[in-house]
Amino acid sequence: MESPTITASRSVSRRGEKRFHVEISKTGGGEVVAQGLPAWLSTLSAGPASARGPESASPQPPTRAAPNTAQTCRHLHSKVSQALRDGRVSATELCRKCIDQIQRTHYLNAFITITGETAMEQAQRADNRIRTGKPLGPLDGIPFSVKDNFCTENIKTTCASKMLKGYVPPFSATVVQKLLDQGAVLVGKTNLDEFAMGAGSTDGVFGPVRNPWSYTTLYREQSTEDPDSDWAISGGSSGGSAAAVAALSSFLALGSDTGGSTRNPGSLCGVVALKPTYGLLSRHGLIPLVNSMDVPGIMTRSVHDAATVLRILQGRDERDSTTVQAPSTPPSLPEHFDIRDICVGIPKEYHAPGLSTDTLAQWSRVAAMFEQAGARVQEVSLPHTQHSIVCYHVLCCCEVASNMARFDGLEYGHRSTIDSSTDAMYATTRHEGFNNVVRRRILSGNYFLLKSNYERYFVKAQQMRRLITEDLKNVFRSGIDVLLTPTTLSDAARYTDFIQEDNRTRSAQEDVFTQPVNMAGLPAVTVPTALSRRGLPISLQLIGQTLQDWKLLTVAHWMEQQVNFPMIHLHGDSDERKLDRSVRERTHTIGS
Amino acid sequence: MVGVVGLEVHAQIQSTSKLFSGSHVRFLAPPNSLVSHFDASLPGTLPVLNRRCVEAAVLTGLALNCTINRKSLFDRKHYFYADMPAGYQITQQRVPIAVNGMLVYSHFEGRRRNQVVTKSVKIKQIQLEQDSGKSLHDDEQSQTLIDLNRAGVGLMELVMEPEMCCGEEAAAAVRELQLILQALGTCQANMAEGQLRVDANVSVHRPGEPLGVRTEVKNINSVRHLAKAIDYEIQRQMEVLQSAGKVLNETRAFDSKSGNTIPMRDKEGLQDYRFMPEPNLPPLFVYESKASVPAGVDPAQVVVIDRLSAQLPELPSVKRTRLVETYGILQEHSFTLVNEDGLMDYFENVVQTTKAEPRKVIGWVIKELMGNLNSQNLKVSQSPISPCALAELINLAESGHISSSTAKQVFQEMWKAPEKTVGQIVKEQDLWMINDKEELQKICRRIVDSHPEEVQIIRRGNKKVLNKLMGEVQRETKGRTDPVQVRAILEKMVS
Repeated sequence: MESPTITASRSVSRRGEKRFHVEISKTGGGEVVAQGLPAWLSTLSAGPASARGPESASPQPPTRAAPNTAQTCRHLHSKVSQALRDGRVSATELCRKCIDQIQRTHYLNAFITITGETAMEQAQRADNRIRTGKPLGPLDGIPFSVKDNFCTENIKTTCASKMLKGYVPPFSATVVQKLLDQGAVLVGKTNLDEFAMGAGSTDGVFGPVRNPWSYTTLYREQSTEDPDSDWAISGGSSGGSAAAVAALSSFLALGSDTGGSTRNPGSLCGVVALKPTYGLLSRHGLIPLVNSMDVPGIMTRSVHDAATVLRILQGRDERDSTTVQAPSTPPSLPEHFDIRDICVGIPKEYHAPGLSTDTLAQWSRVAAMFEQAGARVQEVSLPHTQHSIVCYHVLCCCEVASNMARFDGLEYGHRSTIDSSTDAMYATTRHEGFNNVVRRRILSGNYFLLKSNYERYFVKAQQMRRLITEDLKNVFRSGIDVLLTPTTLSDAARYTDFIQEDNRTRSAQEDVFTQPVNMAGLPAVTVPTALSRRGLPISLQLIGQTLQDWKLLTVAHWMEQQVNFPMIHLHGDSDERKLDRSVRERTHTIGS
Repeated sequence: MVGVVGLEVHAQIQSTSKLFSGSHVRFLAPPNSLVSHFDASLPGTLPVLNRRCVEAAVLTGLALNCTINRKSLFDRKHYFYADMPAGYQITQQRVPIAVNGMLVYSHFEGRRRNQVVTKSVKIKQIQLEQDSGKSLHDDEQSQTLIDLNRAGVGLMELVMEPEMCCGEEAAAAVRELQLILQALGTCQANMAEGQLRVDANVSVHRPGEPLGVRTEVKNINSVRHLAKAIDYEIQRQMEVLQSAGKVLNETRAFDSKSGNTIPMRDKEGLQDYRFMPEPNLPPLFVYESKASVPAGVDPAQVVVIDRLSAQLPELPSVKRTRLVETYGILQEHSFTLVNEDGLMDYFENVVQTTKAEPRKVIGWVIKELMGNLNSQNLKVSQSPISPCALAELINLAESGHISSSTAKQVFQEMWKAPEKTVGQIVKEQDLWMINDKEELQKICRRIVDSHPEEVQIIRRGNKKVLNKLMGEVQRETKGRTDPVQVRAILEKMVS
């Protein structure tokens, strides 16, 4: 029974925000001069282009936010789980609303499979449990969705590839099963880049995912084009999951994160996205991209919810030998937490070419917030980070080449009709089944793994990986608790702009801030902080120490409370507000 | 020129479940009935190492005097094959579980092949790896049928250095290895059932010169064929070189019908396996002793060398020495006893239930029993005569109730009619020894009377002819007489 009340969270949030403003006024002219902050961050933070929270004192805020009432939707599922238990809303009602919302927002193309029927049955069972006072836990009756590269028993699992079109796994991934065992209601499988290879959710056989924020009034009012041609990408590869949470058709969603695939779309769609420590969550049933970096990711509307889900999903799984025992964690994130005990590192290498001014402004704004609140903020260096993306590319391709070898059309999945010989069948099956992106990575991977190339590519990349890991270790050893970085270079690109470059280029650009963490196996979380000029979310990433996921989330929770990120309002869609209001009204009616 | 032979042995680990999955291991189960999600390489499945398989490899390593690596690693070896669903095999290419061992074996030399010569061959390494499934090609319908029951079964690959010189040595080494594996219970080691698969690397060179180009001979399904295949291949290579030809580096298959090796359609020659560390399996640690298991790790859940050393059974070489010392039998006989599955137990059982000298028992076991078993191609366990029955028979002969020649006759009768007891057969066929002096006198008198010419010759001094009379007595009595007694009586009568 953790769930904090809305009022509590809101008041904390206000307090934080006020303190921030008070501090600013002290420094005079709204300029933040922070001692520990790197000069490039401090200077820019005061610039007129700085993106601020909704209560920003800037005369003409470049970024805008929805009205403050939207704040009530933070921690939605915690609230909802309480509402469920109090009988203010039923699980079937919630499930129906989510499925309606999926259908209403079908243009986002966030879902590949909608499991309406089984979801309603699950919701019914949840209602029965809740009615008899025996809920399975905080997630009982809560609708969730799952990226379509997690196996779901008796439910199609496609990886957005022709290769697995129509494939129905006979078992569920451990993380999916754990949610089901908790009574959570699976509403659907979400869209992605084919086999999770991409950073835009634009390269799957079911077509691209659209960013819900490009259907808000704010975005549409700025656009001169029609909604079908001007829209932003969701980010990827877990774009469908991020869009599902952002568009309020799920309270939580599972993504996978290999180089940023959960954090990137989480960031671009303005949801909280956690990439836990490698090994903390089981990969059993997650169709692999890079086994040594893949982690199931958690996407929610609030840090608090992410913590609730993490607590349920973490821990050793005998079916995944790389899992570790989870450190013991309290039932919920601490409400009172002294940020002054925390030392925040700002890695200077993350001040990278191509970083948008909006994003940089957010980075400096939040860094200043930490500093103003009494946290120690300090510039740090990760000298090998610059080599990370190319090494990541080599290792990724190698494992892809290996992991994709099983798709030969014999046991399952697509099989070519060419059967003149086994080899011919393999070749055509794989040619027909995989898209260009997958095939290119397989080709590169096989090249890197050739006996004559192995030392030059794979071994070198692994050596560099160790140096990158060492860099991070050293930083944490020096007393840093968390690193604060941008998650992406900028807000979400327009689809038509994004596809001007190929997948390989985009992945290299988009993963630049996210993939070093995967190389080192560390936990990281992205939290939306504000909207850009275009009305699209900008998020920041916090990176923690191995197995210190809880501490990371504690800091993220604090940060979330300070930034006042606005709630989404889809253009011309009043129904979602109805859903929201229905919960809220009931809360108020019965609660007071 | 001389032959140089190295061996690569794949030994299927005797365990109830597979190396990385929980499916059962059974020979001749219905096709595809022992296939887990992992074995079929369903996406999202992960390998989970079977401790029993690791223990089997460590036990085998210890028995073969190997160094057990405290930390070993798994790798992926990539190639496409219909019966290997993942597109790669998980093996131990970089750091195998055991290295630097030695196998001591013996074979026989000399004209009567009874001189025991003991040799040894280095074991380069023992690595754990997955077995593949089986493909069945139906050429008529142009299709391939796949059975994944065997896919993922644990294998130990043993690599023996090229230190043998002929088929016989290789066969003796493999036979000894089979015995060791069977004694350990780590592999049933039946070549015909594929539990032990041996590929031979064969080359020829002039002593002192660098090794020649080698060929790999596959498709060998018995120890006998191994010797044949190697000797054929050595001969073939020598002939190629003598006719100024070149030996190709190729894979050849042994054809048991013709006794030849023939080139296989070989795609593997140019294969690049693109080895890569297996990312889903952490390094495999084994510990010296319970004390060296790190805190927080349950010693019952890990592999501890001390615990396994204590479990090592009596190995074949030790058994042989013990047999020679305990029973005073010939060393060559100790090999037969140990090398034939179950024969040593059979022999010891007979020895325990008879008063006869072990040295007499060994004659029965090796000549009569093995003679019959071999001629009918039976195993010791299939013998129609139990150790008890044989002991009973030997006892009758020892006590003089039947003659030794009768005993051999009875043995054959027992073989044909295993349901009958020794007593029944002797009685039914009236084979008891004639020990009655008067009766013997009567019989001898009859023979002497009916052979006057022979008697004359003997009386003239040609004692040899007495043997003919003895033979007549034996024939008359169907061998139920004691030759010593009969000779004495006859000598008296003709003198």
